Amino acid sequence: MGIVSPGFAGRRREGTNLPPGQYLTHDFPVLSAGPTPHIRTEHWEFTVTTETGEVRKWDWAALLALPAEEITKDIHCVTRWSKLETSWKGVSLDTVLADVETGADFALAHSYGGYTTNLPLDDLLDGQAWIAYEYDGEPLDPEHGGPARLLVPHLYFWKSAKWVRGLVLSDTEDLGFWETAGYHEYGDPWREQRYAGD
Amino acid sequence: MERTAIRRRLTWQVATVVDVRRETSTARTLVLQVPEWPGHVAGQHLDVRLTAPDGYRASRSYSIASAWTGDTIELTVEQVPDGEVSPYLVEVLNVGDPLEIRGPVGGWFVWKPEQPGPVQLIGGGSGVVPLMAMLRAHSAAASTAPVRLLYSVRRPASVIYADELKKLAMADNVGVRLRYTREAPAPEEQVGRVDAELLDHVAFEPSVSPTTYVCGPTPFVEAVADLLVAAGHDPATVRTERFGPTGGPR
Repeated sequence: MGIVSPGFAGRRREGTNLPPGQYLTHDFPVLSAGPTPHIRTEHWEFTVTTETGEVRKWDWAALLALPAEEITKDIHCVTRWSKLETSWKGVSLDTVLADVETGADFALAHSYGGYTTNLPLDDLLDGQAWIAYEYDGEPLDPEHGGPARLLVPHLYFWKSAKWVRGLVLSDTEDLGFWETAGYHEYGDPWREQRYAGD
Repeated sequence: MERTAIRRRLTWQVATVVDVRRETSTARTLVLQVPEWPGHVAGQHLDVRLTAPDGYRASRSYSIASAWTGDTIELTVEQVPDGEVSPYLVEVLNVGDPLEIRGPVGGWFVWKPEQPGPVQLIGGGSGVVPLMAMLRAHSAAASTAPVRLLYSVRRPASVIYADELKKLAMADNVGVRLRYTREAPAPEEQVGRVDAELLDHVAFEPSVSPTTYVCGPTPFVEAVADLLVAAGHDPATVRTERFGPTGGPR
């Protein structure tokens, strides 16, 4: 199906390769479902729970002690903005999960404030995902997910859980907050998987 | 956080503009006839897709302004300076024109008449639009829940739905309070931002367990949500919808 919108010319932007339906922004918009949690780093903790119930924990000092990476990636929000070449510092989830024994297929990320989002575990490995704690050379602002957020830039940005506090690994896929509210369970921006069934 | 998923595939469909209403110098309401609209809950949004003659497309999401009564749906669109889609919706689209939409979307920033407890609505600028859908749904359902709207707006000429808000506020269980940030209608009326003192005076207290909905530009929502939490509201009862960039250069 398709119609032409009478009188609409549009504003094409040449030279940028964005996923379908996205537009470029130079701002850094915020999308959150509730008040911004303000978590002090001395109270921060990150927990990985495996499908067998084994629990691993890192406090802030333990996170900072892990080898960090500088990451420059394009990010794509389901609300249609994309931001190119954003700069982050954080710890690869390959590093975090290196000593975790698991055969799980899925992860449910949990955040301070109650937010959750689901991802296949494979999408968190092989240099695709980080726990990020700096943006543009500065500590990550609370409104952008500080002190630390998940960074999974190959998926729509709601998968990059702000204020992340842990992962629960599982053999079955439990849907997260937005996924339960009608958004796509996987969220690949290049396949424009915005809503359930896309 | 509740789980109420109906995981139904959303398809594009062609709505027809059956009426338009100018709300302010920069905002317009579009009344749409949608052949197969499944109904919606107050607070949900939909996607609009525009197509140029050469096939170029641009899409954006807009909050639905109306309560679902089985007939038409309404969008109120604020023109974004330098925007691509909103100027078309506010200035170009005519009655009788087709408009591609799909929806409704969103299951969190919603109010349902069967929901228990008082309802506090706090909107900044065009953030009032989904809150208006909730007020209209409240009225259409003849809900007995107490509801209050606090609407932060620059000046009297920027108020969307001014006449209808006055009418809705005549109901015993509906309160509407405007806060002008730049210019008030009367010299004795205070001009300023929503602050702790104002919330203390006009918003439901945490003790009556309200559900609070805050919608507006990001700095507005950040400030109000922080004030609510500082005033003792459980963060889980404060639902937010933000739009636009964060304030200031970064």
